[in-house]
Order: sequence, then structure tokens, then C-alpha cells
Amino acid sequence: MRFGIAVFPGTWSDGDCARAVEVLGHESVRLWHRERDLQGSDCVILPGGFAYGDHLRTGAVARFAPLMEAVQEFAAAGGLVLGICNGFQILCEAHLLPGALTRNASLEFRCETTWLRVETVDTPFTRDCERGGVLAIPVSHGEGRFVADPSTLDRLEAEQRVAFRYVAPDGSAVGEASPNGSMRDIAGIVSEGRNVLGMMPHPERAAEPLLGSGDGMGIFRSVVEAVAERSTFAVVP
Amino acid sequence: MRYTAEVVISLKPVVNDPQGLTVRAGLHQLGFSEVSEVRVGKHISMEVDGDSESSVRQRVADMCERLLRNPVIEDYRIEIRADGA
Repeated sequence: MRFGIAVFPGTWSDGDCARAVEVLGHESVRLWHRERDLQGSDCVILPGGFAYGDHLRTGAVARFAPLMEAVQEFAAAGGLVLGICNGFQILCEAHLLPGALTRNASLEFRCETTWLRVETVDTPFTRDCERGGVLAIPVSHGEGRFVADPSTLDRLEAEQRVAFRYVAPDGSAVGEASPNGSMRDIAGIVSEGRNVLGMMPHPERAAEPLLGSGDGMGIFRSVVEAVAERSTFAVVP
Repeated sequence: MRYTAEVVISLKPVVNDPQGLTVRAGLHQLGFSEVSEVRVGKHISMEVDGDSESSVRQRVADMCERLLRNPVIEDYRIEIRADGA
């Protein structure tokens, strides 16, 4: 299958995402922000970085890129979109996901391993993971504190759209050790149609045991399985 | 006619503002103990052409809704003044 990896001015994790896809034995193409052609991608990744310098707000300008119009249409047609870190921020600004990502409660840029509990396997991004399992995946951000109003948070939980929560290594509540102070310790959520995932941690940086953890691969493997299963019908516009 | 539009973007009262808390702690450290609440926001200043103050205000409000503020976490306030009037 083919992963399309978006590149905005300031994107920095596209190479790591391409490497993760390559490790799995699949193909990736770079999608330049000025283009509208998704080049037949089965899944679009919005990688980490600082698109357009993150000026004004993280993701605020990136969402107007011509490429994002194509991504909006792709997502509306059920295409799989994976936003990682800055990609999650862009998806929130583009209203493909609810909520917003604000300055870490500590005001520090945090670059460290976090532990994520898989809260649902009923998504194309986590179907190959174990429900309740704990994944070691690093974060690398200064603005990753997930914020939404209480009714939105309740709805995300009721609809089992919280994909990952920050936890302690043993799976218990993270408490003060939260890397960013996210509301309800939310690290990743899916859209109403479950085909768009945004997460602050970087699964592509936990793609091989050599990197200290291979736990991120469950997410990429899940996508490959999900695409293979529905390859009999076209979702790509 | 040319106007100056000043837009102040602030975090909604319900959104925790760690920058504001840090600034307040710094002010207290310096002895400004009378400070009870600090919120840190953004200030955007623009030169805008338009026919009247109200039409410029309308356009700037539209800019705020579509780009300048994130409605999930931020409020905004607009001030318009005619240049060289």
C-alpha cells in the first residue's frame, strides 16, 4: 500500500515516517503543501514539525494549504488520515478533530518517552493493538495540552473516541507525570467516522527496537491491515 | 480611508493559562503582591482600508472568526481608529 506523507515548510518528521513505512515493507510518497494531488495514497500522514513556523497558533496557517483541501475531501470520503504531533494540531485547527492543543502546563518543551494506554481497538489505527495495553512512544512538543469543553470530552469518551491516554509505565493513572497536562490525560483521539486519528506522541520514533521501542509499529500495522481489508472498494477521490 | 485595527486575543476564562501563572509568580517575586490575576494574550495591529469604521470592524471580526483566533480556546476584542483623522 501507499502512504502519502505531507510536507509543509517546517515539517521535520517526514523522513522518520517514511522510514517506519519502509520498515513495514510499504511505499511512501511525499505530498508537497502546494499540491492538491494525493498521488493515490491509501493513508495520508500529517507528520510532526512546525508547519509555517507555527506562527499565530500551531497549525493555524497550515490548514489553508492547498494540500489540506485535498486532505479534507479525502477524510470526508472515509480516507485514513493520521496526524502526529504538529499533524494533530493541524487537524484540530482544520476542525477534522475537536478540541485544541495549547501550551504545556509546565511551559517546557518535552522530549521524552511516554507511556500510552490503548483505550480502544475499534479504530483502523489501533485494531492490531491490545486494548488496555501500554505502548512506550516518545513525545516531542511544547504545545500538546489537549483542551476541550466538558461536553466535548464527555462525548469523546462516550463514543470511545479517545484512542490513547498518558499513563504511568505500569498502566496506572499518570497524575503529575503527565508530559503536558492534557485534560483527562488524552494523548490521541479519532474523528466521529473513526478514520482520522490525531496523537501528540510520535509512533514513527518508536518504529524499531534499535530506537528503544518498536511499540509505534502497531499503529502503522493497523493501518496496513485496515486498508487491505477494504481494498475492494475505493475511498480515494 | 485607512484605519488602524487593534485586535487583542485572550484565552477564554475557563482555559488554564500557565504563562499567566508564571508571570504572576514573577511579579510576586518582585514584590508586586497586589497582582491577583494575570492572563497572557496576543496583540495584532493592522492597517486596513475601508469606507467606515463599522464596515472595517465587521471585516476584522470576520478575520478573527476565520483565522486570528481559535474559537475553542480564545476570545477577541477589536479597537478601530481612523488614521490621520
